[in-house]
Amino acid sequence: MKKNDMIETVKGFFNIELRVNGEKKELAVKNGEFLLDALRRHGWKGTKKGCDTGDCGSCTVLLNGKPVLGCLVPAVTAHGGELTTIEGLGSVRDPHPLQEAFVEAGAVQCGFCIPGMILSSKHLLDSNKNPTEAEIRKALDGNLCRCTGYVKQVEAVKDAAKRLRTKGK
Amino acid sequence: MDAKNLKVVNQPVIKMDAMGLACGEPAFTDDMDFKGLLYAKLLWSPHAHARIKKIDTSAALKVPGVKAVLTYKDLPRVPHTTAGQGYPEPSPYDTYTLDNKVRYVGDRVAAVAAETMEAAQEAVSKIKVDYEILPAVLDTASAMKDGAPVIHDEADSKNIPDAKHNIAAKFDFEVKNGEWFKEADHVFEHSWSIPYLQHCAIEPHISIAYFDNFGRLVLRTSTQVPFHVRRIVAQALKLPVKNIRVIKPRIGGGFGSKQEVLEDIVAALALKTGKPVKLEYTRKETFISSRTRHPAICRMKAGVKNDGTITDAEMEITLNTGAYGSHALTVMMCAGSHTIPMYRVKNNIKFIGRSVYTNMPVAGAYRGYGATQGFFAWECLMDMMAAKIGMDPVEFRKMNYIKLGEGSPVFKAMGEGREGVEQVITSTGLFEAIEKGLAEIKWNEKKDKYRHQEGPIRRGIGAACMMQGSGIPEVDMASATMKMNEDGSFNLLVGAADLGTGSDTVLAQIAAEVLGIKTDDIIVTSSDTDITPFDVGAYASSTTFISGNAVKKTAEKVREMILEVGAKILDQKKEQLHLEGGKVVARDGSSCSLSEVANTSLYYYNQHQIVASASHFAHTSPPPFQANFADIEVDTETGVVKILDYVSCVDCGTAINPVLAQGQNDGAVLNGISHTLSEEMEFSSNGTPLNASFRRYKIFSAADTPPIRTFIMPTWEPNGPYGAKSVSEIGINGPLPAVANAIYNATGAWLFDAPFTPDKVLAALKKVK
Repeated sequence: MKKNDMIETVKGFFNIELRVNGEKKELAVKNGEFLLDALRRHGWKGTKKGCDTGDCGSCTVLLNGKPVLGCLVPAVTAHGGELTTIEGLGSVRDPHPLQEAFVEAGAVQCGFCIPGMILSSKHLLDSNKNPTEAEIRKALDGNLCRCTGYVKQVEAVKDAAKRLRTKGK
Repeated sequence: MDAKNLKVVNQPVIKMDAMGLACGEPAFTDDMDFKGLLYAKLLWSPHAHARIKKIDTSAALKVPGVKAVLTYKDLPRVPHTTAGQGYPEPSPYDTYTLDNKVRYVGDRVAAVAAETMEAAQEAVSKIKVDYEILPAVLDTASAMKDGAPVIHDEADSKNIPDAKHNIAAKFDFEVKNGEWFKEADHVFEHSWSIPYLQHCAIEPHISIAYFDNFGRLVLRTSTQVPFHVRRIVAQALKLPVKNIRVIKPRIGGGFGSKQEVLEDIVAALALKTGKPVKLEYTRKETFISSRTRHPAICRMKAGVKNDGTITDAEMEITLNTGAYGSHALTVMMCAGSHTIPMYRVKNNIKFIGRSVYTNMPVAGAYRGYGATQGFFAWECLMDMMAAKIGMDPVEFRKMNYIKLGEGSPVFKAMGEGREGVEQVITSTGLFEAIEKGLAEIKWNEKKDKYRHQEGPIRRGIGAACMMQGSGIPEVDMASATMKMNEDGSFNLLVGAADLGTGSDTVLAQIAAEVLGIKTDDIIVTSSDTDITPFDVGAYASSTTFISGNAVKKTAEKVREMILEVGAKILDQKKEQLHLEGGKVVARDGSSCSLSEVANTSLYYYNQHQIVASASHFAHTSPPPFQANFADIEVDTETGVVKILDYVSCVDCGTAINPVLAQGQNDGAVLNGISHTLSEEMEFSSNGTPLNASFRRYKIFSAADTPPIRTFIMPTWEPNGPYGAKSVSEIGINGPLPAVANAIYNATGAWLFDAPFTPDKVLAALKKVK
């Protein structure tokens, strides 16, 4: 699918086709709408709006495996893409090792920055099975948190890496 | 007493909402969709001080999709305060939902509700306002002068001590036991300042107002104070309290900013339109028009004898409260009441406090609540005195800090907004905290090592000790209700507001400990004014201590009721029974399960619901204590200060949940570090904020953050639930003085103005040379 495949359905709306969390979806997005707003409007509430200016990282999602800021990326950019939101990683019934590690380390305080932070961590661990503390801090650098001091979040990523390595064996 | 035999309390129980949050489950205010939702947008004042001569909303109302435009003409004029405090609030009633005068850049002018955000925005841009621009005053010194522009010249505001001189609050007291500074061998006097600082909760302020099927107004809002929101919105809009329900969902951080009641305007828009309305501040709006820390100039003068006795101490603090006096009196009083008692002062103590209106953003509650401002001065002064008399600064502190069983005349003289309460220290682990910190930071080793340094990079170590409070004595009240279900589980209803702190979990742990069960068997519902009993809310480091005691009492009542039923089932005397492992257990070993008890009470015998409520308010506010140590590096050529290691040892009594307590302290410390090295709101010459974004107002990120090491030093506070005291605020106060003292240790230069940016460090270094 290419951008020019998109048809204006209702005035001011375009339909985009993409995979969200592995499922094929057709989503109506507003002309000029950013991915964050489109996702939230369509019910993926786990993607958070903390600043809407690309500075806090709460709206981080993975587009084709890479972290992007939903508030800076036009929704149409996701057309034909593969999108992962926090809901796609795991659920309360069946959490991802990163979600388990964040919860067990006590890294979740208010929790508002956590979905973005977990997705940034996912991207790190996808390519680096055993990151150093400095690598973890660098990977989380775009995700601001005001509650924690990042202490337990860094611990959580280390722990998740360990869990994933064990699981992979 | 100690925490040794506790089964649930003092355990790192998993925070009960954490998994849902980590999985992105809809939990926050904005995570729920409302059919027919309208979007609110406010018109903010572009002027620091102006009167609205004419306001024309006709063009705005014609924008398609616009459902309401409100100006001061449409609303009742009710003086109130936005400070979410107990009633009657000790803050002046100087605020109006909308007014015909604006008092700072970012003040409310008008409000719009429309079907789309775009329409709301367009309508805001089409409101025509004719302003009479008034002279503005941006600093406290000018504002207090005779003839300065009077910011609150309206006749109907209340409890402003001196509106003509823009004094929003004042408080003075003196303990005099002789001639001032007569016994002192050395006298020091300096001023320390703190700028405008933002809370930066990652979730911006957000509220949705809608109507339930009875036509009652429901506010789903990101607040720390649901019950105060209900009361103050009712007051401001002249509604009966019974017509309002406030629900606090999960909230994305507060740090004091959400102790402000700003929900009146979205409620007014909902009332006008009859539709659900959402007001969400943008990040920029949060910067310009929510609340900030009170900027302060704190002058301290103290005398010391060569033997280390502190003879006299005088603190004069001037807070800039901005355009409105939210928390103006109480933050100012806490700047003295939480700090001066830290060290014994032999002869004379004086406090002079002023909170001053300016045409600047409105200050309010912020974690630390005055103690941040006061301790910066007091703890730096301690190091100055120690250096002069040739004592190790930590030894000097050990000699003078308040000990177990000791009181201070300050406790009684200064409360929060009124006279305080006499108290003595009933638990302290400060000695152990200091010892632990000294060992962890390697104080003695480094003190020698850093004595003689050469080259442009200099290292230094600094210490600072802290205390705070645990709730406001004889002011704060919390309550809880608990009821039992068939399976032996319990509903715990608390008014307490978990703002990400984990208080729902902590309160469940306390209840579980009493009832001999696990927290999995407790369903917590918190912060819904229709469902949960009253609680003042999450502030003043009160939840664990005040709400925790309320929960403990409630659970104890429930336990008695369970034992009565258990006694019937087991045919034993009640006194022979106790609760353990989800059972009623008798001394002879016989037992019955809690579900048997519940089923008996609900269905079989003397049928009744096992349910109880209890309230708690306290006569004292046992302070937590903390010792902070910073190991730093100063680049004397660039002025860059780098923290290499930060050790924070905190005595919060029993940590009900050690992992959550650590998290509270880590976060508070980082916020303090960020204040120390980076944060400052900047303004143009007319008071317009210049760096109202996370890009330009820099808070520390993961890569910026130095090692922060929190150690919990257990003690047992006899008045706390299972020995607990508070932990949430104290940590934010340490970094400013600890780092300032470390910079002095490294270079001999004193930093008096936060943040310690390279330009200020270089200027201070120049003064040494």
